[in-house]
Amino acid sequence: MNNSAENLRRIQKSLKKRYFVERCFLWSGRAAITLGLLAVLVLFVDITSKGYGAFRSTEILLDIHYDADALGIDNLHDEKQLAFADWDVLLKNALREQFPDASGRKERKQLYGLVSNGAGFDLKERLIANPKLLNTSEKVWIIADDDIDTYYKSWLSGDPYAERMSEKQIQWIEVLDEQGAIALKFSKNLFTRGDSREPEQAGIWGAVMGSLFTLAITFCLSFPIGVAAAIYLEEFAPRNRLTDFIEVNINNLAAVPSIIFGLLGLAIFINFFHVPRSAPLVGGLVLTLMTLPTIIITSRAAIKSVPPSIREAALGMGASRHQVVMHHVLPLSMPGMLTGAIIGMAQALGETAPLLMIGMVAFIVDIPQGFTDPATVLPVQIFLWADSPERAFVEKTSAAIMVLLSFLIVMNMTAVWIRKRLERRW
Amino acid sequence: MNAFFKSATKALVLAGGLATSFSSFAARENIDIVGSSTVYPFATVVAERFGRATGNPTPKIESTGSGGGMKLFCDGVGLGYPDITNASRRIKRSEFKSCQENGVKEIIEVPVGFDGIVIANSLEAEPMSLTRRELFLALAAKIPGENQGELIDNPNKTWKDVNPELPAVKIEVLGPPPTSGTRDAFVELAMEVGCESFPWVKSLSKSDKNLFKSICHSIREDGMYVEAGENDNLIVQKLQANPAALGIFGFSFLDQNADKVRGSKIEGVEPSFDNIADKSYPVSRPLYFYVKKAHVGVVPGIEAFLHEFTSEKAWGDEGYLADKGMIPLPKATRDALSESIRNLKVMTGQEDLH
Repeated sequence: MNNSAENLRRIQKSLKKRYFVERCFLWSGRAAITLGLLAVLVLFVDITSKGYGAFRSTEILLDIHYDADALGIDNLHDEKQLAFADWDVLLKNALREQFPDASGRKERKQLYGLVSNGAGFDLKERLIANPKLLNTSEKVWIIADDDIDTYYKSWLSGDPYAERMSEKQIQWIEVLDEQGAIALKFSKNLFTRGDSREPEQAGIWGAVMGSLFTLAITFCLSFPIGVAAAIYLEEFAPRNRLTDFIEVNINNLAAVPSIIFGLLGLAIFINFFHVPRSAPLVGGLVLTLMTLPTIIITSRAAIKSVPPSIREAALGMGASRHQVVMHHVLPLSMPGMLTGAIIGMAQALGETAPLLMIGMVAFIVDIPQGFTDPATVLPVQIFLWADSPERAFVEKTSAAIMVLLSFLIVMNMTAVWIRKRLERRW
Repeated sequence: MNAFFKSATKALVLAGGLATSFSSFAARENIDIVGSSTVYPFATVVAERFGRATGNPTPKIESTGSGGGMKLFCDGVGLGYPDITNASRRIKRSEFKSCQENGVKEIIEVPVGFDGIVIANSLEAEPMSLTRRELFLALAAKIPGENQGELIDNPNKTWKDVNPELPAVKIEVLGPPPTSGTRDAFVELAMEVGCESFPWVKSLSKSDKNLFKSICHSIREDGMYVEAGENDNLIVQKLQANPAALGIFGFSFLDQNADKVRGSKIEGVEPSFDNIADKSYPVSRPLYFYVKKAHVGVVPGIEAFLHEFTSEKAWGDEGYLADKGMIPLPKATRDALSESIRNLKVMTGQEDLH
């Protein structure tokens, strides 16, 4: 009796300490999560605050007269005439009409500098799409130069950045603002064009298409190969030294720095097989090598989680090993495999290092149309823009990061959804 | 087992077929350009305008660095190799030789303009005025001691140690790593000249070239010089955060960030567009690109691209490259060059290369 009372006392004495340790443990866990969330929050707030501006660009309303004489064309179906026509003339005439006070070469140059120097080509496309406009006038919103864009945005926010603006240009902007002829509009270029050295003309569509083509190749190759390898290793391969050796090496491969795969791709695919440099084809092949180990490992884990009783029951019913795998194991482990594949794809989507070696870190304006056209991918586009001197690229960079992040979020949510939807519990 | 062999043969045949079909991709429509990250912002503008104006596919430009680009360029002739390489320095004799050995016999050299290297600090800090000798004394790993021929580990901790007239601020310079062309140029144009202000070191350049290089080209590694990576935007940001530091980067970044950083005067000359153009600002370097003549006519548009790059509206005093921060060549040089380039004049190997 005395003894048990003594025990109780000792337990109660230590109880307080044990509760305390437990609480500390819980709180340190919560602190870790809070810290992680805080870091993510800071990242998102920082990127969004820098990048949201890029979704709108400054445009100027001009009265454009499509003067056939000034353009030097008489037939809109003549390719040659269209190529040689001086499309900027339309803009220059409109600007001069708007601001007749600009005199002298220097001021004129500043005046023409208000609009993007790619805007003439936009007018060309507009006229070709609607030939009736020839020799008529219309009011068109013309995209402004990046310096004007930066200035106008900073001016609206009350802290004007005028280093790259002339006195005259600032006056003109004020006049335009009074007339309501300058405004921020949704930036279509950002979502429809390829890269450009003019920030106002640069878009991420080329990089998005490049990423899609590259990932398509990666998925079509790495998923079937990875699943086949996992099934063979789990279900058919004998357990011996050779398979142990293979297993160790697959795990090693998963940890190899991705630049090594780029070097391998350069040596094998480009120098030996002569796959075109910079193409999504070679990018997809290299990323396949990189994601294969991830897919094999997750697929094996998914196969392992199928209870042996299912296999035994099927075998007992007289099914062959092939039928057991195809009818039971594969369908049951598919959700896990798909989740693994999507996580592997998400990893491949964010990869730049291996692409450096195979020429996908490049300035590419034309939107890739197929697997062998030169292309670049989203993270590379971010890298290239982050390195550009023009200030307007700062917000473009953040906008591109936002697009990349939303891609990743969609992919990871799909993975969660697939798992929730298809998962079977025993 | 038989079935296994059958499928294995099939796979092999398939792989062989793929390999042969890949080689047929080698025909390409777009010009392939590699090379210097300094020339990249200018070459890309030309490429883009060229593509939009002529309807040719836009040239593809990879930024590989001058050395890396030269290596790819000199690897051989054929559509698998680049047509043009950009460089922020002249081709080296060794590179020219390796080009010749690999069959790249005819090379067209095109100087396009200048780029200034600026030593800048935050607008919040005091403006600096430095000489190249002071830069050398502040940044070299070893500097000449009091006695002739003596070398000591760089003892200078503050700018005041370098020159009593300079502020007593700790030396802290953010600059590019050794892989960068900007670093090469800085070492050659600023450090080496500063180093030569010591007569006995200068005489070494004739007698013991290796020792001369090891004195003049080594930058200190005791934390006063911070390698800040290849990204010049990053250096600008760091300067803003740390007004005590100086940063080394290309002129176009100073041009775009004039509200954040200020270029220091070198030898009393401010780094401005005009001062770099008339060469009174000392730390500036020429930019080049090199064209494989064997590819002209094979890859469509190379000649037209050359014309675009060397037209007055591109590289002229008021051209669009000047808007992007490139410093144009003098008018007379441009005129003479555009003539010889239109005739596709190749390098003879007699040029004064390093």
